Formats: sequence, C-alpha cells, structure tokens
Amino acid sequence: MASDTRVILICSGKGGVGKTTLTANLGISLARQGKTTAVLDADFGLRNLDLLLGLENRIVYTAQEVLEEECRLDQALVKHKQESNLSLLPAGNPRMLDWLKPDDMQRIVEMLSDQFKYVLIDCPAGVEDGFKNAMYASKEAIVVTNPEVSAVRDADRVIGLLNTNGIKPVQLVLNRVRPKMMANQEMLSINDVKDILALPLLGLVLEDEQVIVSTNRGEPLTLNSTNAPAAKCYLNIARRLEGEDIPLIDPAKEISGFGAKFKRLMQTKIF
Amino acid sequence: MTLRDIINKLLRRQPASASTARERLQLVLAHDRSDLSTDLLDKMRREILEVVARYVEIDMEEGAVSLETEDRMTALVANLPIKRTLNGQIKLNETVNQEKKEEKPEEMEADFIDSKESTPN
Repeated sequence: MASDTRVILICSGKGGVGKTTLTANLGISLARQGKTTAVLDADFGLRNLDLLLGLENRIVYTAQEVLEEECRLDQALVKHKQESNLSLLPAGNPRMLDWLKPDDMQRIVEMLSDQFKYVLIDCPAGVEDGFKNAMYASKEAIVVTNPEVSAVRDADRVIGLLNTNGIKPVQLVLNRVRPKMMANQEMLSINDVKDILALPLLGLVLEDEQVIVSTNRGEPLTLNSTNAPAAKCYLNIARRLEGEDIPLIDPAKEISGFGAKFKRLMQTKIF
Repeated sequence: MTLRDIINKLLRRQPASASTARERLQLVLAHDRSDLSTDLLDKMRREILEVVARYVEIDMEEGAVSLETEDRMTALVANLPIKRTLNGQIKLNETVNQEKKEEKPEEMEADFIDSKESTPN
C-alpha cells in the first residue's frame, strides 16, 4: 500500500447533515488541486454519492463485483467527466450489508491506495456495522455536524468511537452555518460546538441554497459555481487538508446591513 | 453569558435558544459519555450523602451530585452545603477541599471521578 495515501473517513452519526455533499465537493476540490482522489461510497444501504457527482448513469460495476473478483478495480471506477483526477467507486447492492466484513472494506481501500493520493470514504449514518466497517478501513476522519443539538450529540458519539479505535487526526466540519441565526444567538455558535466536541475545526460551511441547485444538476458546487458561498468554504477545507493555512471565515462578518454591528455587540461575552 | 442574555434576563424574556441548546447538550453529553443511568447516579448520590453525613451535618435538600463535562473529560461533582461539623463548629476552610473555597466558602466541593473518556461499546 502506498503509505502516503490519505484515507479519510467522512462521518457524522446523524443522517442528513451533509456527509455526501462534503465528500463530493472535497473530491472535486482535491482533484482540481492536482491530487488523484478516489471517493468511495460506503453507504451501501442508501447510496447517493453517484447522484451528487452526476455519475449515476455511468456505473457498470461496483465495489461488490470488485470484491467478488468479477471485475478489476479499474473497470468499476468511474472517472469524473471534467475532473479526470477524480474517480468514484460506487457502492454495491444493499444486500452487500449482509456479508460485508471489515476485511473486505480494508481490501478495497488498500487497492485504492495503490492508485490514489486521497481516498475519501463516504460513511453511512449511524454507528452500526456500516459505520464500523468504514472506520476500520480508515486512517483519519472528518466529522461533519450541524449547529443543532441532535447533530452535535450524535457527532459526540461518533467521536468517542473514533477515539477508542485510534483514528487520528479527527477533525470537525461545521456544516449549514446560518450567520444571521448565530448573530441572534438562536443557533449554537462556532465556539459552542468546537468546545463541546473538543475537536480541531477543519472548516465551516455556510448554509447555501445553491447546494440544492447543484445537487439537482449533479454538479457539485465546487465544479462550476466556485463563487457560491458554500463552494468557497469547501475549497478552503480542501486547501487546509493540504496543509495550507487559511483563516476560518467569521460568520459575523457574513451578515451586512442595518443592525449587523448591533448584533455583534449583543454577542459580547460578559462572563 | 452574553450581553443579549443579560438584557433578556432583565426584561424577563426567554433566553436566546443557543444558550439553552448549549446547556442541554452539556448535560446530555455528560450522561452519554459516562454511560451512567439516572437511577445509578441517584443511588450514588444518596450513598455519597450518607457517607458525608457521618462526618459533617449537611443540608440533604440542597446537596447536588452531578456530572459535568468539559473538553471530553467528565467529572462527577458533588456540591454539599455543610451546616456544621459534628462537633458543632463550622470550620470549613481547613477541612474541606481547598481548591474552590474562594468561590464557595460555605460549601464543600469534591471532584470524585478523575476523568474518563466516553467508553462506547
């Protein structure tokens, strides 16, 4: 196995917080930075990564056929049309869940590691076997969460499991940040989440309607809409993964107009 | 506490929901991480109170034993107001945990469990 391959688990515990969207956009961003990247859909039950990347019609084989040695790895890999550095290994049939073992996952990841600089594993929600299989095959992890109590609680559970299994580093991405709500203190702040989960913050992603538009089209934001607020956030995360020192955006500065200054004042910590 | 929280308090308005979320999360995570049920915690609380009551007279009503969590470390914190020691004198500053006496001189604080990472199965 090429030892310098970075195998990164993208997980959250709770579903619907943005794992798959993050995986797709990081894949595109890293590929654009010239890194050969494989995205592996480990959510065999409810696969969607193919759809977000717009590759759903080009799947011939999946991880399942690779494991059963019915095809070679490069036959199953789907290369992205515009970003040739990016390939998807599609999830197999949901029935795979019945027989898939941690060893199988490790075998796939090892095969991918021979060819790619980055392997991003899109993890299923939950903390059951699907998650565990994906975790055992990973070296490091990104935990995605939203500034909401249920998402943070589930993230905490996942972080506990990652810690006890020696996955590191584990970094945090705070997704769907709404600067206005944060300014009004009607949403957990960046520091609240960071302090509660006690993880280094790899990045935050602003809530952005364009994300939905991009999923409708099967073109991740970072592909064609690089000016969208969320796209910039994803690109920054990819650059930080590469070790670049890019300051986090300050959500308070994202709101403008009348009252913005006042709201900032109201956030002043007294004690 | 932020400026907004203080103003809300003065106006007797509900606090902004972020601080409520934070507090609720801290509580629920302390329990999640420790894997202690409320029943068990309550039993422990009563036993701790019994032991302490053998040595000093404490206010059974006011005594609180809770789990607190910070930076993924969970601590069991007992906050037991002492009425008087059994020989009749209140001499807290010598007898009691000295760490926090400047904050709460009339109470006894003891941090029991050192710390423990959450232990998921």
